[in-house]
Amino acid sequence: MSSFFDRLANPTRFMRLASAVTPWTAAAALLLLGSGLYFALFDSPADYQQGESVRIMYVHVPSAWLAMAGYSTVAFSSAFALIWKHPLADLIARAASPIGAAFALLCLVTGSLWGKPMWGTWWAWDARLTSVLILFFLYLGHMALLNAFDDAARGARAAAILALAGFVNVPIIKFSVDWWNTLHQPASVSKMGMPSIDPNMLLPLMLMAFGYTFFYVTVLLVRVKGEILAAKIRALRMGQLQASVQ
Amino acid sequence: MSEYLEMGGYAAFVWPAYGLSAFVMLGLAVTAWRNLKVRERDLARLRDQLP
Repeated sequence: MSSFFDRLANPTRFMRLASAVTPWTAAAALLLLGSGLYFALFDSPADYQQGESVRIMYVHVPSAWLAMAGYSTVAFSSAFALIWKHPLADLIARAASPIGAAFALLCLVTGSLWGKPMWGTWWAWDARLTSVLILFFLYLGHMALLNAFDDAARGARAAAILALAGFVNVPIIKFSVDWWNTLHQPASVSKMGMPSIDPNMLLPLMLMAFGYTFFYVTVLLVRVKGEILAAKIRALRMGQLQASVQ
Repeated sequence: MSEYLEMGGYAAFVWPAYGLSAFVMLGLAVTAWRNLKVRERDLARLRDQLP
């Protein structure tokens, strides 16, 4: 297993692997999102209480899941970077953060657009909403720290520590609807036993969720490739600079 | 058709939710791709300058 990671950690090999995988993940994302959108918008029932507004769920819930998956990517690669000093792990954290932030923002905005007609308010300081807002701010702090130092390695280290400390927020988001009395409804998909959601709604939700996931993997791989090249460019420029000084 | 677009009176909430999601995700994909291409070009140029 460790030799598998060692081989992956070689940036050249990672580039080659990522280039081989991305056309397939991109195609899977397009296919899943296309069929998901069809069912979400044309071939799924309106909710008996929420009417057609329930269709917001198909873009709101996947972005919420991706916001948490993105943060988990950042936190795990930060741990890898801090403990094993994998240079690639730092680049993965740097690449994942803006994607996760974008999904956290989408989660908040689409949630607001759903909350206004259903709850009568754009926003409430409820435990679920507040913890997702904190997640968004954690992403912003992570991105700010990454670029706060002249020395990229110091920035990466500070950002990694923030990412790990902030990871405590992820289970809080997940269980906030059980631990506190929230305006936000509890989970209906990942409940123990049977999900309490109509199968005709579960299908588009799952298609969209997998579509979002493949989209995330594709964009992440492209961004990591970009970060690897950026690191190479920095190293070459540094070499040129040193050569010109001598 | 127009009845469908009204979304049972929720058009002002449903369509912005889908539109913003599409806009942000398209933006993510395009910027990631464009950044990669710019860096590939920069790297190639730097390597040409090397002796």
